[in-house]
Amino acid sequence: MTLELLEVDKLEGHTDRVWNVAWNPAAGAGVLASCSADKTVRIWEQSSLSRSWTCKAVLEGTHTRSVKSCAWSPSGKLLATASFDGNTCVWQNFATDSECISVLQGHESEVKSVSWNASGSLLATCGRDKAVWIWEIQPDNEFDCAAILTDHKGDVKMVQWHPTMNVLFSCSYDNTIKVWWSEDESDDYNCVQTLGESNNGHSSTVWVVSFNATGDRMVTCSDDRTIKIWSTDIERMQSGEGYVPWTHLCTLSGYHDRTIYSVHWSRDGIIASGAGDDTIQLFVDSDSDSVVEPAYKLLLKKEKAHEMDINSVQWAPDKDSELLASASDDKTVKIWKLASEP
Amino acid sequence: MTLGLINANPVVQAKKERLVRTQDQYRDDGVDPLDIYDILFPILSFEWTKYVRDIRDPEHPYTLEQLSVVSEESVTIDDELDRILITFTPTIQHCSMANIIGLCLRAKLKESLPLHYKVDIRVSPGSHADENGVNKQLNDKERVAAAMENPNLRQLVDECIYSDEI
Repeated sequence: MTLELLEVDKLEGHTDRVWNVAWNPAAGAGVLASCSADKTVRIWEQSSLSRSWTCKAVLEGTHTRSVKSCAWSPSGKLLATASFDGNTCVWQNFATDSECISVLQGHESEVKSVSWNASGSLLATCGRDKAVWIWEIQPDNEFDCAAILTDHKGDVKMVQWHPTMNVLFSCSYDNTIKVWWSEDESDDYNCVQTLGESNNGHSSTVWVVSFNATGDRMVTCSDDRTIKIWSTDIERMQSGEGYVPWTHLCTLSGYHDRTIYSVHWSRDGIIASGAGDDTIQLFVDSDSDSVVEPAYKLLLKKEKAHEMDINSVQWAPDKDSELLASASDDKTVKIWKLASEP
Repeated sequence: MTLGLINANPVVQAKKERLVRTQDQYRDDGVDPLDIYDILFPILSFEWTKYVRDIRDPEHPYTLEQLSVVSEESVTIDDELDRILITFTPTIQHCSMANIIGLCLRAKLKESLPLHYKVDIRVSPGSHADENGVNKQLNDKERVAAAMENPNLRQLVDECIYSDEI
């Protein structure tokens, strides 16, 4: 029995490279947002009858430069979009007319990423100004800046909240991953760990950090063409013992021969990666019975998944669909299904 | 001005006979280093004087050809994977010039080659004080894209890459 990544649909409409895709967490595998250098965000929906995808809305006229990143709130009701124009916008009401309800200003240059925490009470953004901002959502959908964190020495490429705890992770052009922790649930966030080359970290820009479902493992990808897996004792951290450092578990190298722009860990444990070599690759825990430290193995490699660089890969939120979305410089978004060949 | 120029002249004259091919022709026939040099050659005569404020003698016009050397030897092509590496040597150690020159090279190639070609641009080893810094920035796709969305920089690059059409 062999596994295959089958192309289910190709979503066309953007007029420039697509930077990022995000599945709506409340809509199973039925709604997807994509954002592009064409300054727009598109909302795509799958018809339950025909199973085909159509563009339901185009969010335009608000961002004046590339939209680099988009993220749905945990409830699926709000969509945050981060742009090179320095602003982060929050949108709602996609069934009727999409409305920009808030514009978060503050970064001094391009905003590269936006992330909601697990409860939807906090938003994090980051950008070329080397800063990470944390925003608190108020009852009237206003956003107040709760913290400005400036430890990184270079452009911050991505921010990602931990799936179960209010711990924030950021990765950067300075080749490091930083962990931000607040002792007592106050606004006082500090950098409690920096994962750099001396901790078996990356030797070039780190583009993405993604967590497994339980939050005890994370995967990162880099311009150094490797994928690294890290782990921590999440139970100790969740029990209130204080911060428990992350340690390097495994490095996957030699699989991609260009910059790896994206990795994403599915709810059932498959890591997908997308790179500048136009391939999508899937990795899993090798489940070795030996006492040797866990290794990860290649599950499958999809060559020429797109005509050009792949900028983002994202698994659909529900476990059963086995759908993966990918965004590319070729201006398209593709939907894939992981299936076994009979 | 520099020894490099004296060597480059004969090559420049010989190439004037060659035709510039279309993107489709590149797609069908492949690309060789001479093709890349032909694509880049027109931008080499762009005059940078007005953009370089602190060069000591503002009376001397500096062309891209004088500021940096790009020759057939500085082009490496992987025919199978359609990947190109350009190495250029800034002869004047001016920090921001290397980045701008790199952006112009990248923009010109993007205009001329089929879209699926992957281009890496580097300063030749030892030719710049912040070699690693310049190389990293020139090959960070997101940084390049954001720079090209800056209207002032875009205008400068456009003037350079379209200078042969004036």
